[in-house]
Amino acid sequence: MLQSDTLKEKAEKAKKKKASLGEDIELEKYDQEEEGEHEQLESLEELPEKYKKDILQVGVDPSGEGRAGSFMQLDQSQICSTCQSESIEMMGIQQAMEKYQWLSDYMWKAVNVDTDKYTAEAALGEPGGYFIRSMPGTKEVFPIQACMFIGDQNIRQTAHNIVIAEENSELHIITGCSTGSDVQSALHIGVSEFYIKKGAKITFTMVHNWAEQVEVRPRTGILLEDNATYINNYILTSPVRTIQSYPTAYCKGENSRVLFQSIMGGQKDSIMDTGTRAILTGKNSSAEMITRAVSKDESQIYTRGHLAGQSQEVKGHLECMGLVLSDDSMIYSVPELEGSATNLELSHEAAVGKIAEEEVLYLMSRGLTEDEAASMIVRGFLSMDITGLPPELAAETKKMLDLSLQGM
Amino acid sequence: MVVVELLLEITDLAVEVNEKEILSDIDLYIGEGETHVLLGPNGSGKSTLFMSILGFPKYKITRGEIIFKGEDITNLSTTERVRMGVGVSFQNPPAIRGVRLNDLLKIEHHETDEELSPEMMKMVTKLKFDEKFLERDVNLGFSGGEVKRSEILQLLAQEPDFIMFDEPDSGVDIENVELLAEEINILLDKDKKPGLREKSGLLITHLGYILNFVNAEIAHVLMDGQIACSGSPNEILEHVRKEGFKGCVECCNPIH
Repeated sequence: MLQSDTLKEKAEKAKKKKASLGEDIELEKYDQEEEGEHEQLESLEELPEKYKKDILQVGVDPSGEGRAGSFMQLDQSQICSTCQSESIEMMGIQQAMEKYQWLSDYMWKAVNVDTDKYTAEAALGEPGGYFIRSMPGTKEVFPIQACMFIGDQNIRQTAHNIVIAEENSELHIITGCSTGSDVQSALHIGVSEFYIKKGAKITFTMVHNWAEQVEVRPRTGILLEDNATYINNYILTSPVRTIQSYPTAYCKGENSRVLFQSIMGGQKDSIMDTGTRAILTGKNSSAEMITRAVSKDESQIYTRGHLAGQSQEVKGHLECMGLVLSDDSMIYSVPELEGSATNLELSHEAAVGKIAEEEVLYLMSRGLTEDEAASMIVRGFLSMDITGLPPELAAETKKMLDLSLQGM
Repeated sequence: MVVVELLLEITDLAVEVNEKEILSDIDLYIGEGETHVLLGPNGSGKSTLFMSILGFPKYKITRGEIIFKGEDITNLSTTERVRMGVGVSFQNPPAIRGVRLNDLLKIEHHETDEELSPEMMKMVTKLKFDEKFLERDVNLGFSGGEVKRSEILQLLAQEPDFIMFDEPDSGVDIENVELLAEEINILLDKDKKPGLREKSGLLITHLGYILNFVNAEIAHVLMDGQIACSGSPNEILEHVRKEGFKGCVECCNPIH
């Protein structure tokens, strides 16, 4: 799915390039499936019942109620793309490329095609992914829901998503990623590029619920123009084999603002390596990153954060709170601040510790057992107030979070 | 003569904290329907006695026993004791992020519905809380008065048979003390005739102010980890108010 030979050449060169972070994955171990393998649906309600339950778990409502539209990719096939809103345009990325010549100006501009073998694979492999665009000056209150679903065992799923919020528009997206109950292992590679024009706002809320042996390599870049806002909420509390991601926001515009809120629950032998990065170049641009992490069993959680202030009057704050619940688990918090201009403000706050005994005893003196008390405290710790969402979406997100935390 | 059934029997109790003996020779018997008061200066061991009755792990019982409802609870966990009917209102409870007062009330009142029962909501209103307040993380940023009222509200939900109150009146303005006292009286069956009361209580109070509103049968003065004297709350309080607790030292060491 590449238009220019230069890009293709670059991608070819990066085919063997290991990522700078995370365990290296042999892509060939996973089977490539052709696009169009699964048949198209009129709506998500036509999905088999077993899948409906799975996607509901990650916040994607098969009824489509309260949603501006629904998109679903099953393995490598786009099986559904419906949009009721006149403010939003949504389709598969391939269609979009055919429809709009100009889309090539957006391809691989927020994420480098030769970042590593995963971006190269997304560029050279079977096409997949969505295109979502909110029209100038529109504000759709209902969110678009998009689902990346793996239904076949040992599949290599790739997607290249492009999201554009035109000037002064507001766009809300809920993304759920999940696997069918009979899938044990698979690989998901998702490249997502966000372009937020002047005065526009995107909120992007993503819930992951992969099978225990799934490898996940998202690659995300966000470009913000003047007065643009991006809010990213990420929830992962179910076991996964490995995930490594490091979305990067480029706050190029004046007064542009980005907020990352992440909730990580490590279980079994999951290795979760997730970071968030903001490059603040626009005057008075700002970034805030908040992470809550809990490690159980033998899980390893790396939570990284990188704030780079490159011009005057930028602000950034990074916060990571972690609870280590088992001796065999680990939380590795790596906050990085990089100031390369005068008159900027960057700060971080990180704490990794244990559950306060005093809190456990307080709950026990209300009749809870020690285990009940501990899990209530952990759920409370992770159920942070996700801010920046319109009220209906906030309530919906709270529900999604509560659902994710039930398994903790 | 009415024979009072004993609800709590503490005999020859000695308690260590961090390998240091804090309490010794404690004998305390509280009958069904009785309210006792525990007086004593700071550091005399009042809170230690509370936590020991509650079974917090830091408080090691090295001697003696605690019998509750006829059962030896000396080695039971806090959860087990609470489920048998022990309740407590803390002086400075910890704030727990993400755990809402609402969530706790549901557990305490054994409710499973999304919304609290009308019965529970009545108590909420009585304690001058509203639905919005119930959404708050328990004790997080609560004022002194809110902490006390929330503790009492949780006890009303729990309906324990034996309740310990740690300084329920400290840091609370007069208006709220009366409100709290009213609810404490309900919790302790004070609205019933003495012979019909089933609930018992133990009040820790520094100043005894709450006793103007809550009647107690017996007061105990704790000095240096021992019960120096027991008797009529009014007499003892009058004494303490006049002479301070130093007069009690003599009672504690009769040799001098």
